[in-house]
Amino acid sequence: MPNGILVFAEHRDGVFGKTSFEAVAAAQQLGASLGQPVTAVVLSTDAALAQQVAPYKVERVVSVESPKLSEYTPDGYADALEQAVRRIDPQYVVMPHTYLVRDCAPKLAARFGKGVISDCVRASAGDGAATFTRRIFQGKIDADVVSAGEPPVFATFQSGAYRAEQAERGEGSAPVESLAVEVGEIRMKPEPPFQEVKQAVDLSRADVIVAVGRGIKGQEHLKLAEQLAEVLGGDIAASRPICDAGWLPIDRQIGSSGQTVAPKLYVALGISGAIQHLVGMKNAGTIVAINKDPEAPIFDIADYGIVGDLFEAVPALTEELKKLKG
Amino acid sequence: MKIIVLMKQVANKDAILRINKEATWIEEGDLSWEVNESDGYALEESLRLKEKHGGEVVVCTMGPQRAKAVIKDALARGADRAIHVVADDTTGMGPFKAAQILAEAVRGEQADLVMTGLQSDDNGYAQTGVILAELLGLPHATIVIEVDASGDQLRVKRELESGWYQWYSMPRPALLTIQSGISQIRYATLKGIMAAKKKEIREVQPASEASQGASHQRVTKIYFPEKTKQTQFLGDGDARRGAAQLAEKLRSEARVI
Ligand SMILES: Cc1cc2nc3c(=O)[nH]c(=O)nc-3n(C[C@H](O)[C@H](O)[C@H](O)COP(=O)(O)OP(=O)(O)OC[C@H]3O[C@@H](n4cnc5c(N)ncnc54)[C@H](O)[C@@H]3O)c2cc1C
Ligand SMILES: Nc1ncnc2c1ncn2[C@@H]1O[C@H](COP(=O)(O)O)[C@@H](O)[C@H]1O
Repeated sequence: MPNGILVFAEHRDGVFGKTSFEAVAAAQQLGASLGQPVTAVVLSTDAALAQQVAPYKVERVVSVESPKLSEYTPDGYADALEQAVRRIDPQYVVMPHTYLVRDCAPKLAARFGKGVISDCVRASAGDGAATFTRRIFQGKIDADVVSAGEPPVFATFQSGAYRAEQAERGEGSAPVESLAVEVGEIRMKPEPPFQEVKQAVDLSRADVIVAVGRGIKGQEHLKLAEQLAEVLGGDIAASRPICDAGWLPIDRQIGSSGQTVAPKLYVALGISGAIQHLVGMKNAGTIVAINKDPEAPIFDIADYGIVGDLFEAVPALTEELKKLKG
Repeated sequence: MKIIVLMKQVANKDAILRINKEATWIEEGDLSWEVNESDGYALEESLRLKEKHGGEVVVCTMGPQRAKAVIKDALARGADRAIHVVADDTTGMGPFKAAQILAEAVRGEQADLVMTGLQSDDNGYAQTGVILAELLGLPHATIVIEVDASGDQLRVKRELESGWYQWYSMPRPALLTIQSGISQIRYATLKGIMAAKKKEIREVQPASEASQGASHQRVTKIYFPEKTKQTQFLGDGDARRGAAQLAEKLRSEARVI
C-alpha cells in the first residue's frame, strides 16, 4: 500500500532555496492532516547535502545518489526521482513549483502515466484524501482539484503558498538514508549558468515606481505613465508583455524573470496581477492599482484601487497631484 | 528542418470571465478567443528557423471548430500546413491525456523539432510540452529564449529564476517550450492571408486508445479567489473622482507624497 508524503527538497549547487522549505511546510501540513509520515528527498552525488534537511521534522531524509547528479539535467533528475518514488512508494509527491521542477516533474509524472497537479496555492484533507487548489486563468479563478487515479499523486506548490518559516524542526535529527540510483543516458548538456551584464537601471532602490501593463495598449500611451511618474518623482517600470513587445527595455521589467522591488509606493496601471508579476513587487509599502476589471488579482494586494479606465484615471490623477503639490 | 508548433486557443485576456452554473468551468458562450500568448512566440521562432535553415512549419491545434481561427492565423503568418485535432472538451482532459492525444497526432510526422508554448493562459499546467517530449522519446528544454540550430547539436538558451540564464546543447529531434518575448512577432500580410486559403488543414480525431479512460485530475469546483486584503476602492466606478480621492489619500493617509 502506498503511504506517506514524499517531499522533494531542491537545491542549486548545494544551496537549498526558500521554496524547498515552503514545500516541506506544505508536506508537513498535508501529512499532519492525513496522519501520514513525511519523507524528504535530496538528489546529489553523496549524502552530505541531505544532512541539511535532517533538522526538519520529517520521518527520514533519503539521499538519492549518483555521480550523474552533480548538475541538474531533466534526464538525470527524472531517472533518479522515478526510482526514488518507486522505492519509497508514497501516496503524495510534493514539490515546489520552481523552474527546475517545471522542467522535470511532468516528465517524472508521465512515467507514472499521469500529469502533475501543478502550481497549487493550498491543499486540504478530508476522508483520507487531499483536495488541491490551483489558480487558473492567470490567477483570476481558483480551481479545486482531486486526484482521480492510483497513487502516487504529484503536486507542486506556488512560491509563497506556504511560508518557509512554517517548516517545523524536529526534536532531534532525522535519519538520513542513502539510495544509490542508476541514471541512464543524459542527452542534454548544460553549460554553466550566468547572469547578463549588469543592468543599466537598478529599480531596487527606487522610492516610487509607476508600472504599466498590457492595459496601456500601445507604446504611444507610455507618456501618460511617464507624466504620472514625473509628478511623483518616481521611476517607470512594466510587466513582462510590455518588455516582450519592446516598448520598454527588459531592465524595466518587474517580476520573477525581472527585478524584485520594494518601493514606498507602487502604482500598477493596467496590470492584471499574475503571480510572476506579484512576486517582484508584493513587498512594496503602499500599492495602488488602476484596472478596469474589478476581479483583477492585482486588487488582492492593493491598498488603494480604482476600478476604471486608466486613460481617464491617470491624467486626472496627474492633475490632482500637481494641484496638491502646488 | 521540419518543425511542429503546438498552438492552443484560449479566452481573450481582456474578457470578463463568468463561472458556469455547475461551477466546473467558465461560461464560454459569448467569449472572444485568441492564441495562447507563448504559442504565438513559438510560431514566430519556428518561422524564423525555417527562413534560416529551410524546411517546413506544421501547426497542430487541439480544440473545437472555433480553434480553426488560430490555425488560419498561423497559416497566414507563414506556417505551411496544419493538423486540427477536433475535440470539444480539452479542459476535462488534464495535461497527461492532452499530451497523449497530441503525441499520437504528431508522431507520424517525424519532425526535427517540436515547439510548444511554456504554459497555457487558461489551465496554466505548464506541462503539456514536457509530457509530450517524454511520450515521443525526445530530449527537451523548457522556458527557452534563444535557439541556435546551425550546428549538429541544437543549442538553446534557457531562462532561470531571478535573472540567471543557461545554455543547453542536445541532439535533434528535440522539443522546446518557448518563453514569451523570444523575438518580435510578425503580423499577417494580406498576401499571407490570401495564400493561407490554399494551405492544407488536416482534421483528425483523437486516437482512441489515448482518449479513453478518465483524467488523473478532476476539477470539482471553480470560484473567484477570496480576497485576503482590504483594498480601499475609490471613486465608486467614476475614474476621475477616484483619481481625486486617491491623490488626497496618498498625501494624508499613506503619506507618500
Ligand atoms: C515563467 C514565467 C515567467 C514570467 N515572468 C514575468 C515577470 O517577470 N514579470 C511579469 O510581469 N510577468 C511575467 N510573466 C508573465 C505573467 O504570467 C503575465 O502574463 C503578465 O504579468 C501579464 O502582464 P499584464 O498584467 O500586463 O497583462 P494582462 O494580464 O493582459 O493584464 C492587462 C490588464 O489591464 C487591464 N486593462 C485593460 N485595459 C485597461 C484600461 N483601459 N484601463 C485599465 N485597465 C485596463 C485588464 O483588465 C487586465 O487586468 C511570466 C510568466 C511565466 C510563465
Ligand atoms: N489543446 C492544445 N492544442 C495545442 N497545443 C496545446 C494544447 N494544450 C496545450 N498545448 C501546448 O502546450 C503548451 C503548454 O500548455 P499547458 O501544459 O496547458 O500549460 C501550450 O503553450 C501549447 O503550446
